[in-house]
Amino acid sequence: MKAILKIISLIGLLLTMIPPVLIFMGSIDLEETKSLMTLGMVAWFGSAPFWINRRTEDGRQKSEVGS
Amino acid sequence: MASSIFKKVLSETNEFERTPVPASELKSGNSFLGMYAGEHTAGTEFVIGPLFVAHGVAAGDLIFGLLIGNLLAVFSWALITAPIATSKRLTLYYQLERIVGKRLVAGYNLVNALMFCFLAGSMIAVSATAVGIPFGLEMPTLTDWMPRTSGWVITVILMGAVITLVAIQGYSYVARFANLMAPWMILIFIGAGLIGLSQLGVNSWESLLAISNEVIWTGIPLEGMSKFTIWHIIFFAWFCNMAMHIGMSDLTILRYARSWKYGFLSFAGMYIGHFFAWIASGILYAVFLQSNSASTSFAPGEIAFQTAGIAGAVCVIVAGWTTANPTIYRAGLALQGIFPKTHTWKITAIVGGITSLAACFPALVMKLLDFVALYGLLLMPMGAVIFADFYFSKRFGFQAEQALTNKSNFSLPAFVAWVLTLVICLGLNQFYGIEVFFLGLPGWFIAVFIFIGLSKFYYSSVKLKLA
Repeated sequence: MKAILKIISLIGLLLTMIPPVLIFMGSIDLEETKSLMTLGMVAWFGSAPFWINRRTEDGRQKSEVGS
Repeated sequence: MASSIFKKVLSETNEFERTPVPASELKSGNSFLGMYAGEHTAGTEFVIGPLFVAHGVAAGDLIFGLLIGNLLAVFSWALITAPIATSKRLTLYYQLERIVGKRLVAGYNLVNALMFCFLAGSMIAVSATAVGIPFGLEMPTLTDWMPRTSGWVITVILMGAVITLVAIQGYSYVARFANLMAPWMILIFIGAGLIGLSQLGVNSWESLLAISNEVIWTGIPLEGMSKFTIWHIIFFAWFCNMAMHIGMSDLTILRYARSWKYGFLSFAGMYIGHFFAWIASGILYAVFLQSNSASTSFAPGEIAFQTAGIAGAVCVIVAGWTTANPTIYRAGLALQGIFPKTHTWKITAIVGGITSLAACFPALVMKLLDFVALYGLLLMPMGAVIFADFYFSKRFGFQAEQALTNKSNFSLPAFVAWVLTLVICLGLNQFYGIEVFFLGLPGWFIAVFIFIGLSKFYYSSVKLKLA
């Protein structure tokens, strides 16, 4: 299940990055780009939270206690 | 319930608030890499890039200014902050307390909390420019100080209330959400920049150069805006995070670093975040201006929506939110240090209220460059004090960590260094016309000199030996 979610997340990121490259190359139009990026956003939002479980290691969050 | 959740979160982790971080808790470089990249690709980037365009910076000045300024920022983290952080392994606040005393730290926390409130407020306003799109909200303009409509005020207050409630209830969840969004946001910035270039007609290297100079970064400021030169860009890029590097706030982060060299990992934030994000957002604003030449509104949400659609608008909301939330949290903790007996959730609620009220005033967004520069300047002298204490106490013969050494709550040399530095900087600004962006550099040296001089007088090492 996690593997499937990771694939969906990767697709989400690809749909975020590839359409802008394609419009820059003149292969697709603006509306198609926006639609694909919206799809990519949904894919990322809908899948990434379920497998990205890393605890915040960086001092930024932990440091707030000492702030 | 809120405070019990908060206590539970805290009790599960040792934050080493008043002890050095032990070797077993040190973090790998990947932690810092990801953290810096995510932290510096935030809501502020949607404002800073467009403001550079509005201030009429020329294309070459922008690119070279960002390359140089961001490099200076990386060197500041690596050569000034990180060596002290990895040597002492203490939080900024505890390190400061040992040198300047608790009373002065309380003053520092108060200033810090206020600045955090205004910064968070500006980020709430940024998010509101995206939230307001489906409701046809009238957006603020570049020269606005006061709110234009009641709709704006209602939107901002509601958003501030929601963000504050989340900050009270589940900071750790928001922190994870921010980390989750970071990779997507970075791609949105880069992608939106590419879309913007295509919308402006860029299809070759020659057209990129031409359009950059003639359409995006024209060298001509918009009406009512001052002109920015390469020096503005260099110093802004260098000192926009002054509070964190030479201001030493990132001692609290880098104390977890295995090596001082991890300070160089800040390049991820400076070049992935600031460099690309500021360029990309500037391109977006240029596209907006081309299509809306009659419009005077300055609204990151509208700007991103026009080029990148819903994904762009959501990115603005997320970017503003994920910057505002931890900032409100930090402000709450800073005040908690002053009022330790007050429940954290109450403090956070008060902070959220102040922040939401501040967010009603668009000036926080429109003057973000000046505010960020001022923020760093106000806190920088304390960083200079830490630097001078660490490197010069032995060399110049005064007591290190003088408040701790003398069991004092207040260091006069530190206080005078702080206040006098700011007074001198104000004088440089008022009487010599030196803009706030440039004051950090002379200010730092002034603070160091004042602190060394007064420390030698009041806390000479000879006096300690004779005592």
